[in-house]
Amino acid sequence: MADLSIDFAGIKCPNPFWLASAPPTNTGDQIMRAFDAGWGGAVWKTLGNPIVNVSSRFGGVDYGNTKLMGLNNIELITDRPLEVNLREIREVKHRYPKHIVIASLMVETKEEWREIIMKAEDAGADGLELNFGCPHGMCERGMGSAVGNEPQVLEEIARWAVEFAKTPVIIKLTPNIGDITEPGEAVLRSGAHAISLINTIKSIVGVDLEKMVPLPRVGNASTNGGYCGPAVKPIALHLLSQLSRHPQIRKLPISGIGGISNWRDAAEFIALGSTTVQVCTAVMHYGYRIVEDMLEGLSDYLDSQGMKSVSELVGRAVPAYQEWGDLDLSYRVVADISVDKCIGCQLCYVACMDGAHQCIHLPGKTEAESRAAGHIHMPKLIPDRAVISLAAAEGARVPYVDEDECIGCNLCALVCPVQGCITMKELPTGKVPETWNDRVQKGTNIVPGGLDATAAARAAT
Amino acid sequence: MEAKHRLPVGRLEERFTEKKPLYTPAEALAEANRCLYCVDAPCIKACPTSIDIPTFIRKIAADSVKGAARTILTANLLGESCGQVCPVEVLCAGDCVYNEWGRDPIKIGRLQHYAVTETLKRDPALFTRKAPTGKKIALVGAGPASIAAAGYLALEGHEAVIFEKKAIPGGLNTLGIAPYKMKGHAALVEIEWVLSIGGIELRTGVEVVKGEAGAGQVSSADLLREYDAVFLGLGLGPDSNLGIPGEDGAGVVGAVHLIERIKSHPGLQLEGVSRAIVVGGGNTALDALHELSLLGVATSMVYRRTEAQMTGYVHELAAARLDGGTLVENRVPVSVVRDGDRVIALRVAESRDGKAIAGTESDLPADLIVVAIGQSRATQIALAFDGVVVDPKGRVVVDAATHRTGNAKVYSGGDCVNGGKEVVNAVAEAKIAVRAMHAQMMGA
Repeated sequence: MADLSIDFAGIKCPNPFWLASAPPTNTGDQIMRAFDAGWGGAVWKTLGNPIVNVSSRFGGVDYGNTKLMGLNNIELITDRPLEVNLREIREVKHRYPKHIVIASLMVETKEEWREIIMKAEDAGADGLELNFGCPHGMCERGMGSAVGNEPQVLEEIARWAVEFAKTPVIIKLTPNIGDITEPGEAVLRSGAHAISLINTIKSIVGVDLEKMVPLPRVGNASTNGGYCGPAVKPIALHLLSQLSRHPQIRKLPISGIGGISNWRDAAEFIALGSTTVQVCTAVMHYGYRIVEDMLEGLSDYLDSQGMKSVSELVGRAVPAYQEWGDLDLSYRVVADISVDKCIGCQLCYVACMDGAHQCIHLPGKTEAESRAAGHIHMPKLIPDRAVISLAAAEGARVPYVDEDECIGCNLCALVCPVQGCITMKELPTGKVPETWNDRVQKGTNIVPGGLDATAAARAAT
Repeated sequence: MEAKHRLPVGRLEERFTEKKPLYTPAEALAEANRCLYCVDAPCIKACPTSIDIPTFIRKIAADSVKGAARTILTANLLGESCGQVCPVEVLCAGDCVYNEWGRDPIKIGRLQHYAVTETLKRDPALFTRKAPTGKKIALVGAGPASIAAAGYLALEGHEAVIFEKKAIPGGLNTLGIAPYKMKGHAALVEIEWVLSIGGIELRTGVEVVKGEAGAGQVSSADLLREYDAVFLGLGLGPDSNLGIPGEDGAGVVGAVHLIERIKSHPGLQLEGVSRAIVVGGGNTALDALHELSLLGVATSMVYRRTEAQMTGYVHELAAARLDGGTLVENRVPVSVVRDGDRVIALRVAESRDGKAIAGTESDLPADLIVVAIGQSRATQIALAFDGVVVDPKGRVVVDAATHRTGNAKVYSGGDCVNGGKEVVNAVAEAKIAVRAMHAQMMGA
């Protein structure tokens, strides 16, 4: 059994799974139930000067039969009195001393920051998360992502916090920015101890076409919200990696957030440089119980990889994230369709015909028919293989990949509904590995003399 | 995992193909992603062993098949066979919220079979035994109840010794399951996995008797003296008789006996049998009807009441009919008609409310008559243990909360207690008994 405990900026936690600052961490009662379910820590719903929330607040994006691929919200920070939250923080820490409570904070003036930090730490918070990420409502008042968007302002407030705080200061960043390393470097300069990201992405989730009001609707109007859930995971992984491969910022521990729903998502964030992960939407959808799979799945995975602790996984995949110019142009894969898994839906065929390079052929067609359908290059022989999967439609044929023409784009494998049916197999090219940057170095990236000269040179090789 | 005990080759069972073969990973993933992950889920409540079904299915969907197997086997050590033999249509899947919504319920049994089989193939060491307690328990009979009880006892750190009269362990799980659901070999492999937990000894070919023990025997008194507790997983006795003229002799066979021969006998051929009649209205009768139909024998089931009154499952009758089986309702057997020694027909009378109507006799032609009207009880072995009592129907009487018998040291579960239910019921009862035995032995 791998050791799941972690040390995050000096905060010792039984496991890397934290609840993000959001409705699931609204009250002490909720957080204690979450700890009972197995969560290692919780970032309290942001404390500040209590606000008023609107009704309704959430909008969802479904994709086909999948509910809540994305979730959008226009809820603000906590609307409960500060003293109630502080009393409950104290109670949670008293009853769960080994679990981690982070106070998420958002106020305006230096004096307010001093006061709220003192109060949160006095209540027993193990650390502070400065909410510089909320992209709706609060930013209109100069807080939240309005701070995260201005590295200098961010740095100044973060310095205040570092000055006032006795516990680690975590800066939560907004993804609504051009270059995430700018606020990242500001955090570094401020002396803050850690980063968490991403907060939600500015979004409008849809439009009620009868009432002509965007969603979620508040009376006769709406506003932009913050987008989260499984749909934002790729964006979060990218921004996380931008920081975790930065030569200086990488020294700060990072708490990864954004669409994490199961152990595998969590392992991916950790492999790209997170020390802890924070979860919100999946819990809002299915409840605290999902942590069981996260703990067990991560532990089983670490065991299967021979890793003794989760810290061995942190950042393992970061070195392999490189610039496009450093990718090997000699590497080649081609699609391979499994005869015994294919169900004969031909989705790979249409994707390749209309969305890629016309290198998948349907057996049983004459050359004239194939050319009429849009094929330009005809392989010598198209094997006519019947689909042998039990699930196959009567008379279905297995599409044929013309390997000479396949450029290895993955699209067919991505659209195939059957797991493991289309795999991308490596095809040794026999060429020496070479990157675009190698060519730049050698001066072979361009042919002097303009576009026509380049075309002529290419045709000659 | 290889099974130590093996069934001979050349069994009729081998001719059957599985109706619900093991899912491929792609099929399992697609099905798992249909599950809603309900809260307070009706499927869990419908499972006698309370497997956390939505959780294990979510784990399959999250690519944690090993985690899924752990969830299943923690609640039900025989989860692999239950995934194949459970009547999910009337248990978990029957209560799936999709049913009332007019959608196909989640294929829970198949997902369970997939998760456990795929995991144990690669990773059988899922559980670790607790530290040895020094306590030793004797289990009588090697059917599902005893196998499950021995496994749970071993996990608690106790030593378990199972005594089985037959050469082949597993009871009805090895010798009585319809072969299109699960073959005997699969049950034997599962037993091997339970034994691999450690701390379990299986002694086959040993009969438990009252009084002096001869060769291949052990006395109940010795078990009571030498062990800290005893678990009776006796199952049921031989098939009951019809008690009608002409019944004795070749051509008339008990259903459980016939199915055991189909599953374990190397030479059974059913030569010269083109028409058969199964007498009864329960699930064993339906299994016999269905199995004979699949073997190409024109088979009818004769039942003394109406179809609606049958105790056999509706879905099993429908499945048997799809494979050619037929039902003759409201008939009672009067006598077996023979030509010389050879059975040629079953004489039946029409019936109302199960009672024969005089003067309505007719002959249903048949070469083989299969009697599936229940099994006798294994009361003799039960009563060999002082203090154990049986009810008027021959069932071992236990306290429902502990499954303890009239003897404070003796516990019991499975068919010998419930009169004949599913494998999953045997496991559920074994769990109750183990919890109580453990508490008693450890002085909790």
